[in-house]
Amino acid sequence: MGRYILRRLLIAIPTVAVISFVVFAILALAPTDPLSSFGADPRVPPEVRAAIRTSLGLDDPWPVRYVKWVTSLAQGNFGFSFMSHSPVVDLLKQRLPNTLAVVGVAYLIGVVLAIPIGMISAVRRYSLFDHFATTFAFIGFSVPTFFTGILLIIVFSINLRWFPFIYDSTLVIHDLPTFLDQVKQSIMPITVLALFDTATIARYTRAEMLEHLPLDYVRTARSKGLKEQVVVLRHVLRNSLIPVVTLVALGVPTVFGGAIVTEQIFRVPGIGELLVRSIGDGDTPVVTAILLIFAVLVVLFNLFADILYAVLDPRIKYT
Amino acid sequence: MRWRSALAISFSAVILAAACSQTGTPTTSPGQSAGGSPAASGGAAFKRGDGGQLNILYWQAPTILNPHQATGTKDSDASRLILEPLASYGPDGKPLANGLAAEIPTVANGGVSADFTTVTWKLRQGVKWSDGTAFTADDVAFTFTYVHDAATAATTESSTEGVKSVVAKDANTVVVTYDAPNPNVYQYGVGYVSNGGILQKAQYAGCTGAKAKDCPADLKPIGTGPYMLDTFKPGDVVTYKANPNFRDPNKPYFKTVQLKGGGDAESSARAVFQTGDVDYAWNLQVAANILQPMISASTKGKMLSVYGSSVERILLNFSDPNAAGDLRGEPSTKHPFFNGPDGLTVRKALAMATDRQTVANQLYGGGLTGKPGCNIITGVPDFESTATQSFCSQFDPVAAGKLLDDAGWKLGSDNIRAKNGIKLKLTYNTTVNAVRQATQAIMKTNWEKAGFGVTLLQTPAATFFTNTSPDGANHFWSDVEMFTNNSDPDPTSYLDGWTTKQIAQKSNGWQLGNYNRYSDATFDGYVDQLRKETDPAKRADLIKKANDNLILNVVIIPIVTRTQVTSGISTTIKGNTPTGWDSEMYNIADWYK
Repeated sequence: MGRYILRRLLIAIPTVAVISFVVFAILALAPTDPLSSFGADPRVPPEVRAAIRTSLGLDDPWPVRYVKWVTSLAQGNFGFSFMSHSPVVDLLKQRLPNTLAVVGVAYLIGVVLAIPIGMISAVRRYSLFDHFATTFAFIGFSVPTFFTGILLIIVFSINLRWFPFIYDSTLVIHDLPTFLDQVKQSIMPITVLALFDTATIARYTRAEMLEHLPLDYVRTARSKGLKEQVVVLRHVLRNSLIPVVTLVALGVPTVFGGAIVTEQIFRVPGIGELLVRSIGDGDTPVVTAILLIFAVLVVLFNLFADILYAVLDPRIKYT
Repeated sequence: MRWRSALAISFSAVILAAACSQTGTPTTSPGQSAGGSPAASGGAAFKRGDGGQLNILYWQAPTILNPHQATGTKDSDASRLILEPLASYGPDGKPLANGLAAEIPTVANGGVSADFTTVTWKLRQGVKWSDGTAFTADDVAFTFTYVHDAATAATTESSTEGVKSVVAKDANTVVVTYDAPNPNVYQYGVGYVSNGGILQKAQYAGCTGAKAKDCPADLKPIGTGPYMLDTFKPGDVVTYKANPNFRDPNKPYFKTVQLKGGGDAESSARAVFQTGDVDYAWNLQVAANILQPMISASTKGKMLSVYGSSVERILLNFSDPNAAGDLRGEPSTKHPFFNGPDGLTVRKALAMATDRQTVANQLYGGGLTGKPGCNIITGVPDFESTATQSFCSQFDPVAAGKLLDDAGWKLGSDNIRAKNGIKLKLTYNTTVNAVRQATQAIMKTNWEKAGFGVTLLQTPAATFFTNTSPDGANHFWSDVEMFTNNSDPDPTSYLDGWTTKQIAQKSNGWQLGNYNRYSDATFDGYVDQLRKETDPAKRADLIKKANDNLILNVVIIPIVTRTQVTSGISTTIKGNTPTGWDSEMYNIADWYK
């Protein structure tokens, strides 16, 4: 097992290197220009634009820039944002808490709700609950988040005035009222995201359970005289959860990547919002940093999922 | 809730009622009197910090607080609360001494030399930086050095072009010397958008030239402005506190200000008109049919629409965008039908088939965010030409078709006119944008009626406004393109963008401003004279002639004159007198509730 993990980690290094090269090359070759925000403004004449380009280091050919970037990255330096002139790491540090507070919590809620829903749906197949859950799940993953988000804003912020739709990242939670403020301002984005997560995972759990329920070992367990509750929870659920756990583990990196659309709608200053804005601005240092971190997380959580698989299912052995 | 700051409203209302009798009848509810009354400019209407929090919403978030490194209005505006220029451009497009200068230098008061080469600025006495240290003329001279150094790569550098020196004569006097007589004597010194603010020498001394990049002070500048920085999260939010050392002891009114960024224009409009969560929402570029009902139903907010020089225009290409190889778009080539012997006729026909009224009414709310426009130089009454009006008022695609018919451009079976094997087929590029695309659709319908074949293209803004992309405005590898641009009150450098020496082509990396590749000796002459002429009446005449040259020769087709300020403001906010020529935050010191 130890050798296996080591081997996987070593393979991960060239993988991440290739990803970093591809990401950098695509961004370098894309026509997006960090200077485009000036438009055709006559107040920023060509000489000034050229000077800005030089100061941002955009004069070098992109392979040279790539080598420079990798060199500084090796020293743990992600570089400076073109737009804010602040270290990229600082920007990420400011945004990660917001993303975790919204996207992370939503994912957690999604997982916690989805597994029981999926289980009950499978056990009581075609029951009223199952129909309800199925309908709910289909709404969850077929209605886009930009639609549910705006719908919630119109109903709960504009008509009912229950919740604010402008996320205040300066809010410091130090007592109950401020905690309630945090709940109020994050409940809508969390709902939107949790709806999607719950729907996906619940459908997956249900399908896995249904596959296992008719199997021989379940019949054996029942014929042993075990209570139905024990059969379902101990035997069926446990075995069905193996692929679900993998799915959940593989989904964790996406939490750190933020939720691009939802963060934008509710003005949550998270990683996803930073990523999409930086792409639009041609702020390559920020984009490359986020994508690289994301790539590393995906690689790591893939490995983690594989290890988890072996732990949960004794039949799987890595050598 | 945090956003709805619980102000000491009744307290301030009492003071208002007592102090500003000229505003009519201030009631106990300040929310009732709407209009931006100038009462506060007198100064004694309120005391510093009387108000609670002022909430401002920008749907683009500021990412840097140094206006000299700003990449957009958002950055420049957010820094304006902290930093101040020497002077601003007021609502009339004229200099206004609301900054660090005690008065506006003129020839009459001896501030401007008779030959228009030196300008002597008298600074306000006793001004302090928010850290308590004294502001002096040295800071002004330093800021010039910082901006003028090409290695600093300041976005405001063009304000220092042709400036020989900025010298601190004594602690409160600054002398600006131009290389040559400059009729636009306020080029250096007036206007926050083009000049940025005065930086503190002590803070920025280590940030000039190559060291300007990644300067930590850019995220926490110390200023002389009404507010000082509390916290800044780039790309998210800025919070400010009243500056205890601000030169006017009664200002600013608000204790704190929060400027939140991000989201979209439509929900920003909701936040100011429907929920009242914010007091000010910037740049509400929302389709008129959505915006108009929100405004008319609102009891909380009202619209601020102020015109400046912004014009949505169509550019016509004088070079051949389809020439082979390296000649594409080069000024050595001629556009097959815009620049041939029939060029002017074809261009006129296109202009005649342009329906400004419908665009302005349907897409810009008939004056809400824009009105039909016919001049490229607009906003300053002295410079506004009337000679173009009759030309623009004739919208008639059928007559346009007849004009072409008479010139021998005959309709083909495909409904596209042609002559000598040349078809009037044109490609029409603009940015990806709902309003622009709707404008394109209206144009296409009418131009096709006149016998043009029209192919519509859209390019993302980040690719369109760049000299590096073949789909960009600079390359202009299409026949017509459309976008908005604007200018300072003095339009000399703006008009320069249509002179022969400014033609964008491959050899200059497509960087220069004349995307049309228009070349006309008469026009070049007007701009040359403008650089020298100091007599205001003659200048106005030259500007109008240059404008008419571009319009009547159909180099550009102006469509809509757009509002420069298009923001929503709470009905409770007073003292805001928006200008179309400077930052929207230019008089934030005077705002109160």
